[in-house]
Amino acid sequence: MENLFSLAADNLVSPIILSFVLGVAASLARSDLSIPEAAAKALSIYLLFAIGFKGGVSVAAHGIDARLGLALLAGIILSAALPLVAFGLLRVMTAMSRLDAAAVAAHYGSISIVTFVAATSVLESRGIAAEGYMVAVAAAMEAPAILSALWLVARGGGGDSKGMDGALMREIMLNGSIVLLVGAFLIGWATGEEGLAEISSFIVSPFKGVLCLFLLDMGLVAGRGLRQGGGILTPSVLAFGVLMPLIGAAAGLATALALGLTPGGVTLMMVLSASASYIAVPAAMRVALPEANPSLYLTLSLGVTFPFNLTLGIPLYVAVAQAVTGG
Amino acid sequence: MQTHKAKRVEITIEGVMQSRLTDALKKAGVTGYTVLPVLGGSGKSGEWSRAGQVSRASGMVQVICIIRPERLDGLLEGAFAVVERHIGVVSVTDCDVLRAERF
Repeated sequence: MENLFSLAADNLVSPIILSFVLGVAASLARSDLSIPEAAAKALSIYLLFAIGFKGGVSVAAHGIDARLGLALLAGIILSAALPLVAFGLLRVMTAMSRLDAAAVAAHYGSISIVTFVAATSVLESRGIAAEGYMVAVAAAMEAPAILSALWLVARGGGGDSKGMDGALMREIMLNGSIVLLVGAFLIGWATGEEGLAEISSFIVSPFKGVLCLFLLDMGLVAGRGLRQGGGILTPSVLAFGVLMPLIGAAAGLATALALGLTPGGVTLMMVLSASASYIAVPAAMRVALPEANPSLYLTLSLGVTFPFNLTLGIPLYVAVAQAVTGG
Repeated sequence: MQTHKAKRVEITIEGVMQSRLTDALKKAGVTGYTVLPVLGGSGKSGEWSRAGQVSRASGMVQVICIIRPERLDGLLEGAFAVVERHIGVVSVTDCDVLRAERF
């Protein structure tokens, strides 16, 4: 417990979290502070490339084992199954329609790559090693949740669903984030430590500074979302936004322990299962379920679950992973 | 100077639907159109701004095409099939163009 409080305190006063808090505060105070759209995109490209590359280098250094395939499979199953749990919870806890509940549920099966990047940064700063292939698991967990949500809607009549056509599937599987993450992972894997040495001054040293700026922007967006969509956050909806990541993290913990992952790997599996998407899934929902309320799912995933995971969730998951693995 | 009657169709739609809309326009025989980014606005779904959106799901674009009047119905049928269930606005105005053979 002492470890948990120490981790949480360290995390809360880190430059990364304080940058996020600054963004939220500035946005809530209606400051005109903003990160230009192109700059924010460049920052996200940098972070995805760096995290993918470093994951690939780690796999090159430590080799691959059967766990990689099993971890990928487990990630896909978690992504597909968690929306079913989220959907059931939403229908019991809130007054959301079936359509809105399915759309929200899809976000909680998929992942937030920024939360994953922030967790990786915390693990690195604490010297906790993690399996490099967790980057590939993150990519594999993006899409299955969307299929589960569409199935939930179809099961309830399906009149509101446009379903999954080939174009939508291609957009989801080949969205820029996944292509960059997996591509950088493969480059890192192919070039290994030598490749990393060549570009480490670019992708290692500036990493945390860039992450701070990116989280400043995320804070601005989250604050704006809370300001504009805060009205939809009833106590029960808000409770779901905090409860569901804990349920997801517990499922991720059980899965990671069954796979025999390292403490870092356990933490990242918990983070992936606990996080909610706000990039790939909202775009897919706008195409497939246009009648679902975007304010609901964006405010929940970006305004509630993302800040929760970033500030309290990550240190909690690290502490639990260390406690149960003895790491 | 000689001018010719034409129809200007403006379709403001979610960014995620852009390629689906332009594909539908091409199928309807419309080969010329312009896509503009939309900075922000306010409507039935509330106020929004392009600044700081992390998801392209939240962005809007405007597709503008100028066509001969006799091709309007085909265009609208194709476009409506795409935009029917989505946030957006479709408007048609009369306009004059200088070089009719281009439309």
